Amino acid sequence: MYWLEYLDLRVASIFSLIRVDSKSVHIRNKSDDEHSYRSGYYRFDAEPTAPPLRIQEGRMSTRDTKKSANQSAVLDGVAVHAVDLRRTYGEGDTAVNALCGVSVDVPNGHLTAVMGPSGSGKSTLMHILAGLDQPTSGTVEIAGTEITTLSDSELTRLRRKHVGFIFQFFNLLPMLTAEENILLPLEVGGRDIDRDWLDEITNKVGLGNRRKHRPSELSGGEQQRVAIARALVLRPTVMFADEPTGNLDSRTSGEILQLLEDMVETYGQTTVMVTHDARAAAIADRVLFLADGSIEREMPRSDPSAVLAAMNELSR
Amino acid sequence: MIKVALKGLLGRKLRSALTAMAIVLGVAMISGTYVLTDTINGSFDSLYKQIYKGTDAFVAARTPLKANQNSLPPSIPESLLAQVRATKDVLVADGGVQSFPVSIIGKNGKVIANGGAPNLGFSVNPRISQFNTLTLVSGSWPGSNQVVIDQGAAKKGGYKAGDVIGILGAGPEQKMRLSGIVRFGTSNGILGATLAGFDLRTAQKVFDKVGKLDYIQAAAKPGVSPDRLAKELRTALPTSVTVKTGQAEAAKQTSDTSAGISIIRDFLLAFAGIALFVGIFVIVNSLSITIAQRTREFATLRTLGASRSQVLGSIIGESLIVGAVASVIGLSLGFGLARFLMWVFGKAGLELPANAMVILPRTIWVSLIVGIIVTLIASIRPALRATRVQPIAAVREGATLPPSRFRRFRTAGSLVLIALGFISLLYGLFANGLTTKQILSAVGVGALLVFIGVALVSARFVGPLARFVSPIGTAAVMALSVLVWPISILIWAIKRAAGNATEFPGVAPDKIMTSLALRNAIRGRERTASTAAALMIGLALVTLVSVFATSLTTSFKGAVDSIFTGDYAITSANSFSPIPISAEKAVAKTPGIEAIASVRLGSALVYKKTSQVTAVEGNASQLFTLKWKNGSQRTLESLGSSGAIVSDSFAKSHHLALHSALSIVTPTGRRLALEVAGIFKPPTGGSPLGDVTISAQRFDSVFQNPLNEFTLVKMRGGQTSANTKALDKALAKFPNAKAETKQQFVDAFISAINQALTILYVLLAFSIVISFFGIVNTLVLTVFERTRELGMLRAIGTTRRQARRMIRHEAVITALIGGTLGIVLGMVFGALLVERVQSLSFSVPDRLPYINFVLTGYPLAVFAIAAVIVGIVAAIFPARRAARLNVLEALQYE
Repeated sequence: MYWLEYLDLRVASIFSLIRVDSKSVHIRNKSDDEHSYRSGYYRFDAEPTAPPLRIQEGRMSTRDTKKSANQSAVLDGVAVHAVDLRRTYGEGDTAVNALCGVSVDVPNGHLTAVMGPSGSGKSTLMHILAGLDQPTSGTVEIAGTEITTLSDSELTRLRRKHVGFIFQFFNLLPMLTAEENILLPLEVGGRDIDRDWLDEITNKVGLGNRRKHRPSELSGGEQQRVAIARALVLRPTVMFADEPTGNLDSRTSGEILQLLEDMVETYGQTTVMVTHDARAAAIADRVLFLADGSIEREMPRSDPSAVLAAMNELSR
Repeated sequence: MIKVALKGLLGRKLRSALTAMAIVLGVAMISGTYVLTDTINGSFDSLYKQIYKGTDAFVAARTPLKANQNSLPPSIPESLLAQVRATKDVLVADGGVQSFPVSIIGKNGKVIANGGAPNLGFSVNPRISQFNTLTLVSGSWPGSNQVVIDQGAAKKGGYKAGDVIGILGAGPEQKMRLSGIVRFGTSNGILGATLAGFDLRTAQKVFDKVGKLDYIQAAAKPGVSPDRLAKELRTALPTSVTVKTGQAEAAKQTSDTSAGISIIRDFLLAFAGIALFVGIFVIVNSLSITIAQRTREFATLRTLGASRSQVLGSIIGESLIVGAVASVIGLSLGFGLARFLMWVFGKAGLELPANAMVILPRTIWVSLIVGIIVTLIASIRPALRATRVQPIAAVREGATLPPSRFRRFRTAGSLVLIALGFISLLYGLFANGLTTKQILSAVGVGALLVFIGVALVSARFVGPLARFVSPIGTAAVMALSVLVWPISILIWAIKRAAGNATEFPGVAPDKIMTSLALRNAIRGRERTASTAAALMIGLALVTLVSVFATSLTTSFKGAVDSIFTGDYAITSANSFSPIPISAEKAVAKTPGIEAIASVRLGSALVYKKTSQVTAVEGNASQLFTLKWKNGSQRTLESLGSSGAIVSDSFAKSHHLALHSALSIVTPTGRRLALEVAGIFKPPTGGSPLGDVTISAQRFDSVFQNPLNEFTLVKMRGGQTSANTKALDKALAKFPNAKAETKQQFVDAFISAINQALTILYVLLAFSIVISFFGIVNTLVLTVFERTRELGMLRAIGTTRRQARRMIRHEAVITALIGGTLGIVLGMVFGALLVERVQSLSFSVPDRLPYINFVLTGYPLAVFAIAAVIVGIVAAIFPARRAARLNVLEALQYE
């Protein structure tokens, strides 16, 4: 069926010339492609394998994002750049302001934790930063691309390349083995599999000998390890973790947190984690405290008791 | 609990509605069938009452034969009319003749006909108004050599009173003056029959019944009861005639008609039954899935103190409500369906005598009860499983239904069911001495058991089956998308130009999505299997019909090729009606004829059963070759007045050998003593001769108004265009006959079979539509169930189109599993049916042809593609829902 795929692409490339809107210019510009798209009409590209992202040392800005003329403000060293985010649910008297003007930069190679009591807007913030939800106003850029105005399919393509997710309930597909679950983002995006990288992360998350097991045969901690590897396999610009320890016992939580920290350290994986576990927040390079839809406080890396103290202060 | 049930239903409107579709369609078929057949019955009832309104006594020939649509009762001598008139209490009496086919020839030289409706001819006597059922619309009543025709035929042929019109009776076409246009009583038409009315003398000539009458109607003097008049006439007239009161005759006619209609009704109801059976699968499946999804809800109810029977009650209650609502909707949909069909009949020229729909109370209660009971039956097993949910499940994440207690026995049990089913099938098909009813119920029950067994056992083989069909599905979907590619590219380009950046519609298969779909299909193997089973049933029956038809037509072609040594066949325009002997006489004069022979067809009483007998002319030996057990081709030439040829199976079942004596009774009651002159082996695929065949001379001397079944012709030079032209010219005066080459003869037969098949396919389409809804429902429920998975997939970069493709491929896999199983089962059933027909060695009813099992790939491939299309279309709506899911909400869905 290769000829068909080829035909697909030929026809597509002819038609893609008639594309007029500006957003697409960015997408079509190959110069800014670290790992070029393989979705849809780009399958015929001589597929570049991603450049090694392995970072030797430090937490410094490690991702060398090439800028192109039509990319707007890509701040060097910032993976996610959000300005004045507001999110209102409902209308009129019953309107609830989940976010009231939050601006935040997520620096490359850092683990940023977002904390706050229930209803503080921390989940909303994460959803908006990840492009899963639309802000009422404000802008979000991921890797220099303004995402709040993207269409669904453009957002999907952006997620394929730039965004990794870790969920509270793991969200693995039960009929796939651990390894297949890990590879899913690559398969879905139609990208080549880098076997060395797969082996490395699988071993790194400690699943070396559990690759062929299905989720039902794995413990909760192991399932979350699979989820972490799944998020990492893409080498995303930014990884979002939504209460990654929320569904685990305390010992396993500790292991998972250790792993996350390790990932950030070893690979310089930019991570945003939403949590209300002080212990989790303590592994972060920076902790943002949200209350009533605003960032109330920002802390550099701290120990759990300091985080807890800050939380208690907020709740008061 | 009822409140809970009701609330639950309202909360799941879509699911309930999709489940209810199965019942709605099945019940609609039932109520539609009843209303349609009752309405037709009712119209004929009132029609006959109208016809015999003024008749107190009705005199006709006594015949030992059962009523039979192929031949009218015999005629009586005209002299009897004087005897009737001379009877004391007769006020007025009149005699008439009738015949069919009596065709009206259109201006294009073709017979005016509406579908398969008959062309009736009869005498009219407007002077005796109490016997006249026709109303003059325009023109005047017919005089000598004049004719009146009905409104419908006049409209169709573009005729008006005063025109010259061609009429075809027993002889060649005759030109007559159309004196007027008539209407039958007050009705617009009688199911499309064309009517031609003449005065008595003309009618007798046209029908070849000079000096004869078919019936005598008499009215009694005032104060004399019809019964008394009939009694008087009975004593006055010879025993060769029967005398009935007008009322009794009307009742007899009505019951004859309704016997025919009740066959149609039972036939249609059988298909409604099949549809409901398929519906049961669909409902069991949807309920099982819904109940599994509601495990936690039931557990919560249990923790709140609900007892098992209350849980059971709430589910049964839900089903009752769904069943009742669906039945009511189905019932009214059926009325609409019947009305629609009547409209279609009307448009096709088959207008019903009356337009008022007849809705009997029986229609209503049968429809409702059947619909509700079917739903209840379907809900029992899922409901019982729900009662076994433990309260603890309320607090567990991802609680599932406890496994069925019968799981262990499932495979063994279903194999036993299949075995029992086949035993019942084989018994019904091959056991001796069963009545039609017994055969049908044994076969029906057998097929039912086989279907259930296969459906149950197939759950075990979903894995291999799905893996087998998945690449086929991928290839088929790709082929179909290539076909519609220009359109999808166009749509895409338009969207794109409008600034709506959608994905390019590629046709290359998406490997990961097909693989996920495959695994999803296998993961939910029980639901995949039972969803597929619903489609399997419809496709098995469609395949059965197709295999049987292919076997029949191929064998027929083989038979014609092997025995037919002539060049041309002359048959009626519709290939099956008899043709007048005068057509043969006209053809016989054609230059170039080397041999011509006809086969006559008539009804007679043979061994106390009304059967068809045939007769041959001596020349037949040159035109077809039979395989002889006793006798030779020469036997055909030397039958004489008492010789008879019988088939070997007939000889066997009646213990006949060469020179054995046998007798038959003609419609007029005359007994013919015959002697077996030859025994032949009917060829596979249809025989030109019936069980008993006599010489044409003998046939013509004892049967009134003999007709040919077909005429065979051998010509100098064989099949040439000059010969074809010469024959066509000879038949110019016989517009209802046509000369066909061997090939055309076969093709005409095959196309007649295929036409009949279309009706079966349409009826089976109902079942397939129901299974289609089953697939839709399963997919919708699956999408509900996998909302969070879909959310995750979307979050990690699955596009909407990929999500759609995943759902679509799962649907295609399911449909193809159903298709594969159905086609295989259909072939098995087809082989059995063919075997049965082949092995018929006793009392062949209606000369069923002997056939060989023939399989052609083409229709089966078409059915497989159809299954793929069913899958694709069924997936459209659920796939849309899956693609439209809000990623964020989906991720948080519980």
